[in-house]
Amino acid sequence: MTGGIVKSLIVPAHPHPVLCPEKNEGWQNIRNAYDEARRQIEESDADLIIIYSTLWPSIIGHQLQADPNPKWVLVDADFHDLGSIHYSLNIDADFAKSWNQANLSRGLQSRTVAYDGFPIDVGSVVALQLLNPDNRIPAVICSTNVYSNRAETTVLAKSCLDVIKSTGRKAVAVSVMSLSNRMFTEPIKPEEDRIHSLKDDEWNRKILEFLEMGRLEDVGQLSRTIHDQIRVKKVVAFKPMWWLSAMNNNRNDLTGNVLAYEAIHGAGAAVVVLDPESNGTGDKEYDEDDVEFYSGDREVLDSEKEELQETNSGPDLYDPVESENSVNTDKAPKPVGAYPHARREGDLIYLSGVGPRQPGDNSIPGGPIKDSNGNPLNYDIKAQTHAVINNISRILEEAGSSIENVIDVTSFLVDMDRDFAGYNEVWADTLGKVGPTRTTLAISALPTPIAVEMKVIAKV
Amino acid sequence: MAKGSIVAACLAPHPPHLVYAENPSQNEPNSEGGWEQLRWGYERLRESIKNIDYDVIVIMSPHWQTYIGTHFLGVEKFQSKSVDPIFPNLFRYNYDINVDVELARSIHDQAKSDGLAVKMMENPDFRVDYGTIVSCHMIRPEWDKPIVALSSNRGMHYYSVEVMQEMMIELGKSTAKAIEESGKKCLLVASNSLSHRHFVSETNPPEDMSKEHITSHAMHLWDMRMIELMRQGKSQQIIDEMPEFCEQAIAETDGGALTWLLSTLGVPEHPAKLHGYGTIIGTGNAIMEWPVREWGADA
Repeated sequence: MTGGIVKSLIVPAHPHPVLCPEKNEGWQNIRNAYDEARRQIEESDADLIIIYSTLWPSIIGHQLQADPNPKWVLVDADFHDLGSIHYSLNIDADFAKSWNQANLSRGLQSRTVAYDGFPIDVGSVVALQLLNPDNRIPAVICSTNVYSNRAETTVLAKSCLDVIKSTGRKAVAVSVMSLSNRMFTEPIKPEEDRIHSLKDDEWNRKILEFLEMGRLEDVGQLSRTIHDQIRVKKVVAFKPMWWLSAMNNNRNDLTGNVLAYEAIHGAGAAVVVLDPESNGTGDKEYDEDDVEFYSGDREVLDSEKEELQETNSGPDLYDPVESENSVNTDKAPKPVGAYPHARREGDLIYLSGVGPRQPGDNSIPGGPIKDSNGNPLNYDIKAQTHAVINNISRILEEAGSSIENVIDVTSFLVDMDRDFAGYNEVWADTLGKVGPTRTTLAISALPTPIAVEMKVIAKV
Repeated sequence: MAKGSIVAACLAPHPPHLVYAENPSQNEPNSEGGWEQLRWGYERLRESIKNIDYDVIVIMSPHWQTYIGTHFLGVEKFQSKSVDPIFPNLFRYNYDINVDVELARSIHDQAKSDGLAVKMMENPDFRVDYGTIVSCHMIRPEWDKPIVALSSNRGMHYYSVEVMQEMMIELGKSTAKAIEESGKKCLLVASNSLSHRHFVSETNPPEDMSKEHITSHAMHLWDMRMIELMRQGKSQQIIDEMPEFCEQAIAETDGGALTWLLSTLGVPEHPAKLHGYGTIIGTGNAIMEWPVREWGADA
């Protein structure tokens, strides 16, 4: 089970390539490039398309579309005279739910949405209509949070990669965006279309030069500058390169191919395909904070945060014990006693019991099972189980192994009647696909207010 | 034909939470209430204007965002469902809206002849934005008046608050001329909040009022300042201070609706009435009324 990104795309959002490509040679070129990108996706073994759309802004963290079949008629707010787009999409709701849980496990605000009539944004509709017209490949759509910074956006991508790896999916990552986004502010005839200014055109070409060389991370690091130089300050900043770069492990040696670059009502529209194969050039100078968990300044409901910290109180935490063959990582929660995260013995790795607590803030995804006074609290066993498996994955990666090498698991639940079904469901979607032996025990308590812990043996 | 007129004007914020909290039959989600201070403010506004005879609501909403000029709804009837893309858990509203296309086109034509970029929206599949729907529902839940809906041209994003205001002041003058020539009595509505910094997490349930407050003291001070200026009839000062307000309070007035409203009223020196103020997910919201009918012949 080897999941990963098989292709990355940058595509424009405006409806012209769908509704009226024939009216302008450049719009037709974009349409042709979209068609070529579709052919390349079809020829790959991709089984998932992940859309990060700058035209779906969100405020409460990030939102993930989880309606399996959203249907409606889309009309663009500006270009309504071009016509309507009827859409019926194939969404992988299970992946969206798992991504949401992974987001929560990494400290992000996140939620799924699944409502009849939800207005799928024009960028997502255009991209999926042209890249996946027969809905053969299921898709996931993620919003762009208007307040998120690079750290939050990077962690969002890492959560997505967690799920891709644990489910073995072969995914195409798509950023739906303009390059320069300054449109003409008055109507123009199709034949009059051009990039709004020479400055915008020069910046667009510089960005595309980098992408043609596979230097995605360099574009990510230039995002703030690009935003200042050629972006009208609309709702969402120039964030999609952060997400796309993180989806590619912040690499600079991808194989890039610019399929088209044209103007759509003055904005810079490009279709770019980035393959994960190294182009053989040097890699990156990555000097940004490579954040694993988000614990930033988003929480403004202060009293709620204080309550959360209080409920998470528990035993003292220890630095993991360092000894010969020990395996420790700051990407896993600190132990509650003097022991390492894992030991390597021969070809095997033995993990200490792993719970759902998060490194850094010690928070418990899905919530603690009781408050500091011992009063029971409602909690989400699925979120806790996901978090446990993610912690296991990180420890194994530190040991040079992976979740796919797990051979035996002993699970401990504090409330078998309440939690077995949810725990079992997450197991089936993750470790169940790897196939280790398993024993599940009911116990009276764990040292911290958590509901599930796992003891793992894996191959190197 | 008698001259048309504006009989009242309102600042009528549109957070979907207000409709959610009312549990009207058109909205799918159910709540336990919440945001009563603002909803009672809307009650006072409705009471204040209930005996006024008017033909049409003319509204500008910042949630129909257009970048190529100002657009006008140009189809006589819209019937569909509006789902808020940001708060879909709160707002899934089945609407049935009548549009005064004749007046919309008159304002459109006047603005065009005055040199502004404008466009009629004549695609029947178009979904009306939730800002327009929320404000209209809270002002006139009977939905028995047709509306004229103007988009929010994002001039500020392309240029500056100053340029946005120049455009909105011109659009306001065009609107006033067209209304006067139409012979119709109009209720004018700017659908926007004041300070607009949101919380980025949501309480459970969303209507948990123990967690509702303004996001910062600075936002509160700005909101109170703008409300006081409106209460004192200092419209020109509001326009003068708009750049600082938009920048420092991340104010939703950046969409131009309040400037357009003040311009359409002729930048009045008459005081506005405050019907209510409250916060919604941290943003500042005031329900104001300019009771034009009470101003006498000099208005």
